[in-house]
Amino acid sequence: MKRIDGPSRPPLVQIEVQGRQIEAYEGESLAVALGVAGHVHLRDSQVAGTPRGAFCMMGVCQECAVTVDGRRMEACGTSVRAGMVVQLGYET
Amino acid sequence: MSEAIANQPDLLVIGAGPAGMSAATMAADLGLDVDLIDEARTPGGQVYRAAPPGLPPTTPTADHIAGDKLREALSKSTANYHGGTRVWFTAPDLTVAGTGPQGPLTWAPRAIILASGTTERIVPVPGVTLPGVVGLAGATILLKAHQALPGERTVVAGAGPLLAAVAAGIIKGGGGVVAIVDLAARDEWLSRLPIMLGRPDLLRQGLQWRRLIRKAKVPYLYGHAVTRVVGNGVVEAVEATAVDKDARKQGTGQTRRFDCDALAIGHGLVPTTDLSRLFGAAHDYRQVAGGWVVRVDIDQQTSVPGLFAAGDGTGVSGAAAATIEGELAALAAAHHLGQLDSAAFDTRAAPIRRRLARARRFGAAMAGLMAMRDGLIDHATPETVICRCEDITRADIDAAVAAGARSLNQLKTALRCGMGPCQGRMCGEATAALVAQGAGADRTTVGQWTGRAPIRPIPLADLVGDYTYDDIPTPPPAPA
Repeated sequence: MKRIDGPSRPPLVQIEVQGRQIEAYEGESLAVALGVAGHVHLRDSQVAGTPRGAFCMMGVCQECAVTVDGRRMEACGTSVRAGMVVQLGYET
Repeated sequence: MSEAIANQPDLLVIGAGPAGMSAATMAADLGLDVDLIDEARTPGGQVYRAAPPGLPPTTPTADHIAGDKLREALSKSTANYHGGTRVWFTAPDLTVAGTGPQGPLTWAPRAIILASGTTERIVPVPGVTLPGVVGLAGATILLKAHQALPGERTVVAGAGPLLAAVAAGIIKGGGGVVAIVDLAARDEWLSRLPIMLGRPDLLRQGLQWRRLIRKAKVPYLYGHAVTRVVGNGVVEAVEATAVDKDARKQGTGQTRRFDCDALAIGHGLVPTTDLSRLFGAAHDYRQVAGGWVVRVDIDQQTSVPGLFAAGDGTGVSGAAAATIEGELAALAAAHHLGQLDSAAFDTRAAPIRRRLARARRFGAAMAGLMAMRDGLIDHATPETVICRCEDITRADIDAAVAAGARSLNQLKTALRCGMGPCQGRMCGEATAALVAQGAGADRTTVGQWTGRAPIRPIPLADLVGDYTYDDIPTPPPAPA
């Protein structure tokens, strides 16, 4: 994913993803923040273990479910907050 | 401990897209006590989705402007908006349970208007589960609400007016569009031109998109389908082939390959019926309207007394028609609740019905382009994953059908298909098409999944609220 250049955005904050700090705009969709940072692969499927990423972007498919501060959340519908700790759903 | 006391407004409106926003506004203006609920924090639905705080659109599109107008009218009305609220249970007696930012919520309203909207149909092909593939409607949300592009080089594929909208949005946003792969042949678009002339504003917008696409020299493949997504862990290329009007492979079957890092794909919109099924309302299968729709009469009343429905959930007609249907449903609900007498209802409904008929003509023309095409499912190979949640392949489904499965519910029992976190919303169309084809049955016979609560995944803690161990009533010990 890629952010469109031009529009004014909210302040940049730090969030933790897989133990590393990345920058993201406060309030933007976590799925976008992750995608822009190169995390297109968000989890492995439950049964076959194949890679999955944000798909429907409207809270229906549950493919972008990640762990945020210990809770399973849809990345697409989660807003970025400074200091949030994100765990992706695959083994590294 | 918080005792769950039901909210008892005159009217509960579920879904805050164009239909829900206009219904809530008009009902409140008619003097009803109205609650409006939606999953999103800000009203708008998918088509009129509001930008997140601090991220205003650089150049507002027609959708932003129309959405802002409805949002402004809503905020000036007395309707109460409960954002961030997920409904997980509904019953035919109009009881509704949900969870909101403050915990569990229940409603026992006198009437309900359901404005559930649509879900996107994405009929699977090999590789479609790869990261980097997003829904076409999902791509519009990325562009409009998040000011983001699906990738550096995107293939845009599927059916309907979203194709040009997404491609143009990507180009305007500085991204690359590798190709547009449209199921419809050029003459399917041309045959709709007379109806499109009835909406010069939308026609002009469509032509602007086409101009941008031509200027960017993006190949536009009419009458083509994506047949395979290729990549090792992430999308690397897409293959497309020529298809006939039913989306079946035609000609020499020669495929074209496009290297890309993202694919936006969507084969039309499907009315969302999970809540109306759980309410126990009657439904009909209408392929040109998007599939299964909740049955409504000319006043938007469903088969359940006091339950009204409006917008694309009653059949895909587009945002303009949905807005007007919302007004009509509000009038009908007010009439049902005794707030409007029959004469006043008839007087006010007549001009709305005339506007609605006009809006529906255009909506129906676009919906026809986005209807399910019978041959689409042929591009799913035996190894193709149909049910993403449970990793169920076409071969699994074909085997269950060969073993005698004849309905979606039988398939659910046999395979767990439709029982994952998405509750069959993503795979329902493809699965039903496979059963219909394999069993030689029509979609009405194949049926829908039976609605089951919870209709959305919600943490148990959200249902229980702040009820703790100490709240469990302990009877005094029996005398020794």
